[in-house]
Amino acid sequence: MELLRLATAGSVDDGKSTLIGRLLYDSKAIFEDQLASVERASVQRGHEYTNLALLTDGLRAEREQGITIDVAYRYFATPRRKFIIADTPGHVQYTRNMVTGASTADVAVILVDARKGLLEQSRRHAFIATLLRIPHLVVAVNKMDLVDWDEERFHAIVADFSAFATSLLEVADVTFIPMSALQGDNVVDRSEHMPWYAGLPLLEHLETVHIAEDRNLVDLRFPVQYVIRPISGAHHDYRGYAGQVAGGVLRPGDEVMVLPSGQRTRVAGIDTYDGPVEEAFTGMSVTVRLADEVDVSRGDMIVRPDDQPSTSQDVEAVVCWMVDQPLREGGRFAIKHTTRWARAVVGDLRYRLDVNTLDRDEAATELALNEIGHLRLRVTAPLMHDPYGENRTTGSFVLVDEATNVTAGAGMIVSG
Amino acid sequence: MTTASPDQRLGRHELSHLDALESEAVFIFREVAAELERPVVLFSGGKDSIVLLRLAEKAFRPAGFPFPVMHIDTGHNFPEVLDFRDRRVAELGERLIVASVQESIDKGRAVEEPGENSSRNRLQTVTLLDAILEHGFDACFGGGRRDEEKARAKERVFSFRDEFGQWDPKRQRPELWSLYNGRIRKGEHIRAFPISNWTELDVWQYIQREQLEVPEMYFAHRRQVVERDTMLLAVSQWIQPRADETPFEATVRYRTVGDMNCTGAVESGAATVEQIIEEVAATRITERGATRADDRFSEAAMEDRKKEGYF
Ligand SMILES: Nc1nc2c(ncn2[C@@H]2O[C@H](COP(=O)(O)OP(=O)(O)O)[C@@H](O)[C@H]2O)c(=O)[nH]1
Ligand SMILES: [Mg+2]
Repeated sequence: MELLRLATAGSVDDGKSTLIGRLLYDSKAIFEDQLASVERASVQRGHEYTNLALLTDGLRAEREQGITIDVAYRYFATPRRKFIIADTPGHVQYTRNMVTGASTADVAVILVDARKGLLEQSRRHAFIATLLRIPHLVVAVNKMDLVDWDEERFHAIVADFSAFATSLLEVADVTFIPMSALQGDNVVDRSEHMPWYAGLPLLEHLETVHIAEDRNLVDLRFPVQYVIRPISGAHHDYRGYAGQVAGGVLRPGDEVMVLPSGQRTRVAGIDTYDGPVEEAFTGMSVTVRLADEVDVSRGDMIVRPDDQPSTSQDVEAVVCWMVDQPLREGGRFAIKHTTRWARAVVGDLRYRLDVNTLDRDEAATELALNEIGHLRLRVTAPLMHDPYGENRTTGSFVLVDEATNVTAGAGMIVSG
Repeated sequence: MTTASPDQRLGRHELSHLDALESEAVFIFREVAAELERPVVLFSGGKDSIVLLRLAEKAFRPAGFPFPVMHIDTGHNFPEVLDFRDRRVAELGERLIVASVQESIDKGRAVEEPGENSSRNRLQTVTLLDAILEHGFDACFGGGRRDEEKARAKERVFSFRDEFGQWDPKRQRPELWSLYNGRIRKGEHIRAFPISNWTELDVWQYIQREQLEVPEMYFAHRRQVVERDTMLLAVSQWIQPRADETPFEATVRYRTVGDMNCTGAVESGAATVEQIIEEVAATRITERGATRADDRFSEAAMEDRKKEGYF
């Protein structure tokens, strides 16, 4: 069975938490005691119906304010797939949490309230989903019950979104579904109110969307994470380089190069706890042994000599800013890229993006909380990187405030 | 990582969900070991921490673990779990540290809560934080899963704790991709949760696949119990029938391993891992809802305990 990571996004009150509650409820992944506690809480709060949003809004403050503050993760499975859902907050001040929930997603479901149409937040979230290269987008036009299941309303929103999407960088595969999360129409079961909709209900779409091809299986990238060197006598000469394959396929006997040093060697073997394997591919955690004694440590990268990433101390990136203290030119941060830490200084801030119009403000000199901009970084050590669009692992980094140790920015490399 | 269990529905170069979860957990173990100086893995003898130890083997063998194993002993444990704990750690050849809640009470660091049959659940936090300080640990691996409970559902994989061991749910560090941020100042620490994304069913499927031994109490057995607050509690040194309760023998098993005085059993005939998997797949009640009196006090019981520094 395959694992699919899903993130929900959309403006506050568009129905994200309700949709997730509905998915869990209709796919029988909600437990009776959870439901009972939600029912109790709903009554206590004077809701007229069982408020399924309370299933994911688990923090005290969230229940009190009736909003989602932080990403909640939920799990359910059907006979076809296993799902991890990140329910992300809609409020502007929690956009960084949406970025967190969406960074690893295979599919993003963006909810739109059929009455309100696209709001600033919906656009922002669609843009962020595209920026994060979530390969599949679902635009769920929700609360169709409140617009009399009106087909024209649905098509107007589809047209509106499509017009906005043409201005986005590179749009993923987009699917539009009219639904009522509250009543369950087109969530798990096909809606009886909207015979004019010929597509799949959401769950069936999620079960069948092709995600295997989204990974890069071509360009070998193996960031060395940890060096395994037993001190016991039996394995005295063992030296293995442990890590998770970030791209491509690696086999014993392969000619490889270690970056940044550029030393060449061969793969002597690929080990796991369960024994040696004949190949390691994207997503697998393995331990690689090399034929020659080369100097390899955490943060290095094993690649093929004829297919190398860029190795440089200068990178161009799009950065989403996540702390109150604004990012300014000349700012210094710790940077984590794959398994490597270094320090970075912000060079030129080329422009700040207006996420509603996608206009570029080239006069901008800083990025405030939740703002997104294109900038240049100078790093103290070379980064072995690819454009984010080619590899989400070797193309991403985070900036960390050295005084507070807080993760302050999320970066996606454009080029080096 | 096993490729020996071919799943017909998987294409070439696709990982099954268990392999994907395993690989993620191994990655997390190695990140913590690489970035922090003195980690420790918490081991309760329960199924989640049994899985944790296997994942640590997957991450570091043929070398030893780059950290010790620690048990927070409440003094109210099931004896068979303690036996199991000692045997398992010895088999692995790793180092075991036992931090005792009773000692914390004796030293006056913790005060037993009043009332008959009071829970030592909250007190564990004191013992845990003291042990972290005493040994200078800067990271603790825990077996917490996000599907267990609604506050856990919000927690990061690398969960930052301040110098008081507190968790602040409103100020969690953004956690993107697999770029975990383990940077801390002296006195602060990281709680790392390698099986955050696993469900109870995943855990049992993994136990089956890896043929891991678990304490006998997870399997159906006959036991003297009393029914209290809709839970079945084993009659023991800690739980004596009250005047209005009649003890009876039932065929039960445990879904979680906790203290004898607050962990409930469920009626079940599941005597093998296969049968447990069937039961878990069909169950309609969460494991904490079914079996943990400590989580029933309020809607936010777990959140409150976590803020104080609980597991
Ligand atoms: N009529 C109607 N109300 C809905 C629907 N979906 C959600 N709601 C209501 O909209 C409000 C906000 O929903 P919630 O799930 O909390 O939104 P979130 O902020 O996006 O998570 C709640 O009162 C829901 O009951 C729907 O399909 N139809
Ligand atoms: Mg919500």
